[in-house]
Amino acid sequence: MQLITGLGFVLIMIGIWGMLTRKNMIKIVLGFSLIDTGIHIIMVSIGYIKGRTAPILNKAVDKAKALQEVVDPVPSVLVLTAIVIGLAVTALMLVYVVRLQKKKKSMQIDDHGELEW
Amino acid sequence: MGKRIIVIITLALFVFISLPLVLDFIPTQELSYVSQKYVKDGPEEVGAQNLVTAIIVTYRGFDTLGEVAVLFIATAGIGFILSREKWRKRKQRCSSSILQTGTRVLLPLIIMFGIYIFINGHLTPGGGFQGGVIIASGILVYILATPKNKLIDFLISLTESISGFGYVLLGVLGLILAAGFLDNSILPLGKFGRLFSAGAIPLIYSLIGLKVGSELVNILKYLRRD
Repeated sequence: MQLITGLGFVLIMIGIWGMLTRKNMIKIVLGFSLIDTGIHIIMVSIGYIKGRTAPILNKAVDKAKALQEVVDPVPSVLVLTAIVIGLAVTALMLVYVVRLQKKKKSMQIDDHGELEW
Repeated sequence: MGKRIIVIITLALFVFISLPLVLDFIPTQELSYVSQKYVKDGPEEVGAQNLVTAIIVTYRGFDTLGEVAVLFIATAGIGFILSREKWRKRKQRCSSSILQTGTRVLLPLIIMFGIYIFINGHLTPGGGFQGGVIIASGILVYILATPKNKLIDFLISLTESISGFGYVLLGVLGLILAAGFLDNSILPLGKFGRLFSAGAIPLIYSLIGLKVGSELVNILKYLRRD
């Protein structure tokens, strides 16, 4: 699971690099999305326990010995919440990009300097 | 050039911070204290076969309520941003007959699959959010096939209001009839592992599914208008 955690961090790095270096606004939103996905992967890998199964107590899992047979359900729950929030925030950012593009007919972040400080 | 150096320094600092986290990462061997309680007492207290659903709808029901609220706020924000612009009338062509016929075949199946997923949310993987997204994708196909339809707008805003209101109402009923807000034991728990089990969870999750589906359709609707 160390490998998966490391890959999650690599994904976050790629996202930060994309957000810092790209000029196209869609690519900045994509970078944010990559950071989001990396964090989800890290959270799921933290909850994973080797050799265990999903936290669904059907026939595959003995209910009396469930404590030894299922992975941690709490990180899964948090990731499910985070995915939906991520979807909403990404949609909002993309709509903002659409609006900026309509105003100046440009996708480049450099052309939108009003809020620069 | 200076900017590139700053970027490289930032990334190097990030690696410096996160490298110990990755290298000293010890894989979990035991469930954490909270999860142990959820796994041990969940089946008796809540009665849901899917423990993730039990946590999302009951133990951490407040989180989910907040999450639905965030989704609603994001949708409202999208509507606000897009509606500030004067919406000029665009000539809309009718869609092709291939799309229209395909929609007629696929739409009932897609919606049925979405409903199946959120009704069985307490038994199998899936639930309100996943089912809602599938329903939204089905209605997207419908919007593409019949762009001039006004009925769907009305139906969607009706579903959105009723499901959001019903969700909070069920929570308050739990406050009155059972132990606390969003308690699922206002209905009998039933036999473990059956469709009609886990008290109010299937009902609450269906309402969440309808709410999420209608919010996403609203986002698509605003985008179509633009």
